[in-house]
Order: sequence, then C-alpha cells, then structure tokens
Amino acid sequence: MRYDDGKDCFIYIQHEHGVIENGSLELITKAKELLSDTEENVVAVLLGTLDQNTHDTLADYGADAIIVCEHPDVSAYDCLNHAAVLTEIIETHHPKSFLFPGTVRGRELAPRISARVHTGLTADATRIELDNDEGQTHSLAITRPAFGGNLFATIITPDHVPQMATIRPGVFEMKKVNTPYAKRIDHTTDVELKSPIEIEAIIPKENDNASIADAKLIVSAGRGVKDCLDMVQHVAKTLNAELGASRALVDDGVVAKLSQVGQTGSTVRPLLYMACGISGALQHTAGMDKSETIIAINNDPAAPIFDVADLGIIGDAKEILTHLMRRLDVSNTP
Amino acid sequence: MNIAVLVKQVPNTTEIKVDKETGALIRKGIPTIINPDDLSAVEVALKLKATHGGKVHVFTMGPKSAESMLRELYARGVDDATLLCDKAFAGSDTWSTSLVLSTALKRHRFDLVIAGRQAIDGDTAQVGPQVAEFLGIPHISYVDEIRGVDATHCFLRKKEEKQSMHLKCPFPLLITVLDGIAKPRYMNMTHIFNNASRDVEILDNDALAIEKADLGIKGSPTKVKKTYAKSITKKTTAESLAPEDAAERILAVLREKGGMPDAL
Ligand SMILES: Cc1cc2nc3c(=O)[nH]c(=O)nc-3n(C[C@H](O)[C@H](O)[C@H](O)COP(=O)(O)OP(=O)(O)OC[C@H]3O[C@@H](n4cnc5c(N)ncnc54)[C@H](O)[C@@H]3O)c2cc1C
Repeated sequence: MRYDDGKDCFIYIQHEHGVIENGSLELITKAKELLSDTEENVVAVLLGTLDQNTHDTLADYGADAIIVCEHPDVSAYDCLNHAAVLTEIIETHHPKSFLFPGTVRGRELAPRISARVHTGLTADATRIELDNDEGQTHSLAITRPAFGGNLFATIITPDHVPQMATIRPGVFEMKKVNTPYAKRIDHTTDVELKSPIEIEAIIPKENDNASIADAKLIVSAGRGVKDCLDMVQHVAKTLNAELGASRALVDDGVVAKLSQVGQTGSTVRPLLYMACGISGALQHTAGMDKSETIIAINNDPAAPIFDVADLGIIGDAKEILTHLMRRLDVSNTP
Repeated sequence: MNIAVLVKQVPNTTEIKVDKETGALIRKGIPTIINPDDLSAVEVALKLKATHGGKVHVFTMGPKSAESMLRELYARGVDDATLLCDKAFAGSDTWSTSLVLSTALKRHRFDLVIAGRQAIDGDTAQVGPQVAEFLGIPHISYVDEIRGVDATHCFLRKKEEKQSMHLKCPFPLLITVLDGIAKPRYMNMTHIFNNASRDVEILDNDALAIEKADLGIKGSPTKVKKTYAKSITKKTTAESLAPEDAAERILAVLREKGGMPDAL
C-alpha cells in the first residue's frame, strides 16, 4: 500500500478472558504522549467483545477511539482470522501507523499483515519517536536492538502505510490520562473467516503464579552465585521478590527458563533489581536496564553490570548475602 | 512428506565486540555459523523424514559463501539444497527476503515449511510468517513440539508467555520453531565424505524473475535511518565494601524503595 492519506496511530489490543495485555496499554500511553501535539488520534483496535469495563480501561490509558469487531469468529485469538479482519480494518480506515505488542501473538500476527498489505514492519522495537525529517510529518522513527543487542538500528518506512511495528512489552510505562474519552466505532466484517487452525487444548504453564515481567522487586542470580543459589532464593523469598536469572544459569539447568531476564528472556522494569554474580552482558542488560534502581554485586571491578548499576558493590556475593540474610532474618524475628 | 527448511548463515553474535571509541561493530574475523534456531528446524525435519519418509530441502538467501553452510547440511542428511543468490537481493528487508524465498518455494510442492524462530543477527522472527502469507498457507509461530503427524494434519504445541496451546492444522503449513524443539545431531563422517563435492542449486533472479522494484534496499519498505552502538547511560563508580557494610547499604536502598516486607 503506497503512502498517501494515512492518518492516526492504531494499536492492536491483545486480550484474553476480559483482561487486556499490558503491552497494548503501554503502547496506547506511548502513542498518546507522542501524538499529543498533533491532530492525530490514538485508536485502539479490539477484536472481540467490548464491554464497559474494557472500554473504560482503553479510554483511561489514552485511546481517543476504539474500533471493535464483535464477530464471534474473532472473539478468541486466531492468527489467520485476526490477520484477515485487521487487513480489512486497515483498508477501511487507512491508519498511518499500526503498533502491536511484541508478544508471541503480536509477533506471529503482525508479519502476516505487513506481507499482505505490502508495508514495512519493524520487529521488537524498544524506542519510538516522531520523525519529522524530510517532510515525513508524524511518521515514526522506530529503534530496535540487533546483533544480539550490540547494535541499535533506527528504522523508518518512508513510502508505505501503515508503518508497522511490534514493540517489546515492558519498555514503556502505562499511565492513565486526566480526561478519558474514547469514541466507539463498530466494524462489521465482510471477509470469509475460515482459518483451518483448531485449538485442541490450552495448557497453563506450571509454577507461573507470579510473572517476573510484572514484579516490583527482583533478586537475580548469575553464574557467580551458582554455588550459593539457595541463599539468593532465600533472600528473594524473605523480601517477597521474584527470582530472576541470567541465561548462564538457565542453560546450566539450575534455574527455570521462566526466570530468565534479557534479550531472549523477559524484559523487566521493577522498582528494584538486584543482580548477584551477573557479569552484565548486553543480552542480559537489554532486559533489565530500565529498572528504576539497580544494585549489582560482583567481585570483578571491571564487570559491565556496574555500567548500569545505581549501587555497585565489588565483593564476594556469598559473603554479602550471608550478612544480608542475617540482618533480614534478625529483623524478621520479633 | 516433503519438507522445506529455511536457513540463514549468521555472524556468531556472541563474538561480536563493539569498538568503545567509535561505537562501530568489529566484524572482522567474526566466524559465521548456521543460525541456531534454524539448525533445530533442520533437525526436526530430519526426524520427521526418518519416521514418515519424504525429502528435506533447505533454502537460504545469501552470498555465494553461504554454499559451505548448505554443504554442511548435506552432511547432516538433507536431500536438496538451494542458494538464492543475486546482487539484486542484497540489502533486502524481511518483506523482500520473504518474497524471494517464497518465490523459490513455489517452484516445488511442500507439505510443511519449517523456519527457525528468529535469526540471531536480526532477531526479527518475521520472515517465516511473511513467507507463509506469500505462499497463501497458514503459519504457526513459536512451536516447541511436534506432537504428531497423520496423513492430512499436523499436531503441534505452541509456546506462549503464560500457556502452551495444542493446535491442529491441515497441510500445507509453515511453522517457526524454538531452538529447544530438537537437539541438532552431529555430522556423520560418511555423509561429510560423500557430500564434499555435491552440488548446491544456485538460483539468481533470472530464474526467479521477481520485479526489480521489489528487491534489495530499493524494494524494501523499511529503511535504516541510522545505526549506533549501545551507549552507556548510567555511570556510578562501584565500591569495594566489607560484607557487613555492603549488606547495610543494600538494606538502606531496600527501605528507600519500599522493598522491605511489611513485617520488617
Ligand atoms: C543470542 C543470545 C541471546 C542471549 N540472551 C540472553 C538473555 O536473555 N539473558 C541473559 O542473561 N543472557 C543472555 N545471553 C547470554 C549472555 O551473553 C551472557 O553469556 C550471560 O548473560 C552470562 O551470564 P552470567 O553473567 O550469569 O555469567 P558469566 O558471564 O559467567 O558471569 C558471572 C559473573 O559473576 C561474577 N562472579 C563470580 N564469582 C563471584 C562471586 N563469588 N561473587 C560475586 N560475583 C562473582 C564474575 O565476575 C562474572 O562477572 C544471550 C546470548 C546470546 C548469544
């Protein structure tokens, strides 16, 4: 699709059982912030049932309008049916940009649509800015890590609409706006929905009682504390924190993959991230450097983890954890 | 069952260093490898072939030097290998790359196309789904287990953040697989020996006849505006502290951040 009269930023609302994915709300907040001085709108696109609660939530985070398709065949996620209806919505409304949360579903779905409408798609981006260069009014400049986090590339889509991107969940904040109001626009679909994919079963992940991506407090372990992992776990438990880990420990099989932080694990932004015996490889820091406060314990003064730390302690993690545990346990017993 | 596997030769990103002065990537002397997820894709294909028969045909788009990677795949047991190589392809983004790959795939009939989840140099995870769209067949991403195959259908497990899904889909289809799906086999010495001089099919754009306007940097909808190496944002000097003092400092930060459990 050639660049012509595209307008507005559309955001795909991923949801399940009436719960909206945070990644989608983060995008609404971010788009609202970027477009606040323009005439363009932030439009939430939801396939499924839009009840009052959902409507209010989308408005609260800054959606100006909500396009909703309540056809029963798209109420649950199906990549092919969703691609078909979203393509139809693009062809009806000509958005200037279309953003998807960089979740498994977002990253499965968005490429299919970009191929169908012939437009550019940027994957797993971590930064979005307005690009007003060369007359590209309100187009987006979208930045993403590449080469395992060693390099960042800023991508534009100058000649095609809508400009599309998947955005890594957790990198932007979600914030409520002061005067929420979102207009509802119903979309009735004419496309034949005939996905041959059948869901046979859905198996919830075990031990996923708390997701590390939403944790406020994370105590994270690297190879440097492999022999005293129990101490790290104990500290995490005492503090009601989630246990995080570097890939080294996940690959070694001593920590569950679910706990991995970084480029190929979760992106986290807790209030406090405490890295114990983690070197701070770019692939790790890519997933945690947005944490509000970072404490790092490492016995190597040159460890790159100190480059992102607010409190960097050079020392033996085992000894420090021993003292920390003692202090925590003391204050724990009345 | 006829299976196509999409593979890519990539620089080994764990060995890439950034020049701290200039911020440029030091690529010189970085060894190339088969993209790890793709190697798992090849392994899955070979396993399916072992139980269900058929052929495994690998495709890659890349420079002439990618031929060596394809030979290595012969040594692992694949039946056919095609290299899509033309100056016109260079600089293609995922849209154009997918167009090239799908055009080559259309010259055959495959029941199943398997791609690795993503390549470690680009990490986009887009080429698989885009190829499926160009082929007009369904795709399922993030597959971590092939649960079974019958005459008409493939039974898969797809991994999502909070759940796994058991899905059933008729052939033909495309899947992208996670590297945990299969552990790549070692190369077999006789295979290596027998395949040292085996030909790799090389197709250029005379063979594929794709519109020039859809290829390379010019034909790619996305453009790279700029690239830069990671800048170091925060700078605090790390301190050497006695363990007791270190513990106190950590407790102080915990208190300040409200991170102490209520009971404390
Ligand atoms: C494509 C790709 C994706 C990746 N994705 C991720 C990812 O998502 N997440 C991730 O974490 N990694 C990822 N990695 C791996 C990453 O490059 C590093 O190899 C990994 O993070 C290293 O883990 P580590 O810091 O625990 O181990 P090491 O690098 O072995 O570091 C251990 C650290 O502990 C310190 N130490 C040792 N003993 C002590 C002690 N007694 N007290 C205090 N400190 C001590 C050492 O000084 C050292 O700094 C990825 C790599 C690739 C190639």
